[in-house]
Amino acid sequence: MRFNRHGVWAIYHFELARFRRTLWQSLMTPVITTSLYFIVFGAAIGSRMSEVNGVPYGAFIVPGLIMLSLFTESIFNASFGIHFPKFTGTIYELLSAPVSPAEIVLAYVGAAATKSVMIGSVILLTANFFVPVQILHPFWMLAFLVLTAVTFSLFGFIIGIWAKGFEQLQVIPMLIVTPLTFLGGAFYSIDMLPPAWRSFSLFNPIVYLISGFRWSFYGESDVGIGISLLATLGFFGLCLLVVGWIFKTGYRLKN
Amino acid sequence: MSAILSISGLTKTYASGLQALKQVDLEIRKGEIFALLGPNGAGKTTLISIVCGIVTASSGTVVADGHDIVRDYRDARMKIGLVPQELTTDTFETVWATVTLSRGLFGRAPNPALVEQVLRDLSLWDKRHDKIMTLSGGMKRRVMIAKALSHEPTILFLDEPTAGVDVELRRDMWALVRRLRDKGVTVILTTHYIDEAEEMADRIGVIRKGELILVEDKATLMRKLGRKQLTLQLQEPMQEVPAGLSEWKLSLKDGGHVLEYSFDAHEEKSGIPELLRRMGELGIGFKDLNTEQSSLEDIFVSLVSTRAESAS
Repeated sequence: MRFNRHGVWAIYHFELARFRRTLWQSLMTPVITTSLYFIVFGAAIGSRMSEVNGVPYGAFIVPGLIMLSLFTESIFNASFGIHFPKFTGTIYELLSAPVSPAEIVLAYVGAAATKSVMIGSVILLTANFFVPVQILHPFWMLAFLVLTAVTFSLFGFIIGIWAKGFEQLQVIPMLIVTPLTFLGGAFYSIDMLPPAWRSFSLFNPIVYLISGFRWSFYGESDVGIGISLLATLGFFGLCLLVVGWIFKTGYRLKN
Repeated sequence: MSAILSISGLTKTYASGLQALKQVDLEIRKGEIFALLGPNGAGKTTLISIVCGIVTASSGTVVADGHDIVRDYRDARMKIGLVPQELTTDTFETVWATVTLSRGLFGRAPNPALVEQVLRDLSLWDKRHDKIMTLSGGMKRRVMIAKALSHEPTILFLDEPTAGVDVELRRDMWALVRRLRDKGVTVILTTHYIDEAEEMADRIGVIRKGELILVEDKATLMRKLGRKQLTLQLQEPMQEVPAGLSEWKLSLKDGGHVLEYSFDAHEEKSGIPELLRRMGELGIGFKDLNTEQSSLEDIFVSLVSTRAESAS
């Protein structure tokens, strides 16, 4: 079993270089957005909201906010990373290079996930300035953070290959992921919903991701932590299967 | 000489039903410059794309430097460099970054000294920190060549390397190809410019509608198919070729003002001295004469058109 480590490193480095060039925008955007959320939900509205499961509302929304950014950033970075060479035609080089599909995925998804984890960490640091954040299970917090970043980067990679244009890159994040995140308990506990809506929410996979992540912070969750982990791993496995199929068939990559 | 690239029974039918390649067999010799000629849509780019791994063949095998391009794709691809026809570059990146990426992609350890040498050879060294979008078309072409050479390939594909480049760059490109050949790199180029193949190639292949209709040493090809022509500007126009000159294949042109004599270039005796002597005896004077040998372009045009006729 051979491994083209120079190839993987070259792609990874190249992708992160693009991030470094726009470092300022890439990091300032989440900092500003997070600050705005805390000004609105923390200071203005949050003071009128009661605690959720014993956690002040401002602190309660931190995991959800990080997840929201993690989803969108991972999908955006990974889909753009692979879609751009497809769009400009420079993908010819990738296809003609001695890199295996697994190596290509590792490099592109690895780079996108690295960016998202960095952005997630910046949001966490920013949040710390506004609200009292505590992390009861740092290991699990990190595990959920990385696993989610990797999974959604894989998902973004699939979108980047599937999309026929830049408009299509936006469709799934805008129409599916963002609504599911807002409805998935990013800003509330699903316990606060009427029973019918609560049962309905359990069909939303995002609920499990956010719930597990929040548990690693405050020890409180909407669903069992084991189920959360399984759901995240399940989505990860599903994305892996789809990526495997893409490379096996050459779908929208090769003639 | 041993073959560095063996293509056998290569067939490609696209999903649209277009049959781009039909049972192509071709052996490229180590260290040669091979020119693949053919009209647009003949299958040149498809052939190259399959060898490089961009397009999947419908059937057939390709062995590059001893490595099957499918089973043993890593070793095969490490040997191959490709400069595609389209100018597709990472516009927002610097020259240095994009060439360094290419080297890594092909599994080579970083080697700044080598990248520097490649860039210097292509007169890109001064531009190494420039973003590719700021470069001229010719410079972008050089960047693509630098990328293809960055991993020290032994087989280099140049898909229409001089399409749309100026004369100077074209000369540079030819010089570069010769230098690469001197280093032992095998070069396979496709071109529309026949004079390019005539100038550069050791062997020539002609592809038409997915079929390789001819592979020949350039010199042999020129000798085999090359015709010479003697043109005489007559002092007095003639109505018809005189009977005394019937042993030569002559024809009258331009209303009887021009006498043309065609003959095989490789015939030992052209018959020109005899013809001129006989004309003198018959009192036929001429103002001017010139001979010309048919170029590869003439050969190519006649080849492609005769095959087209016989095919239809």
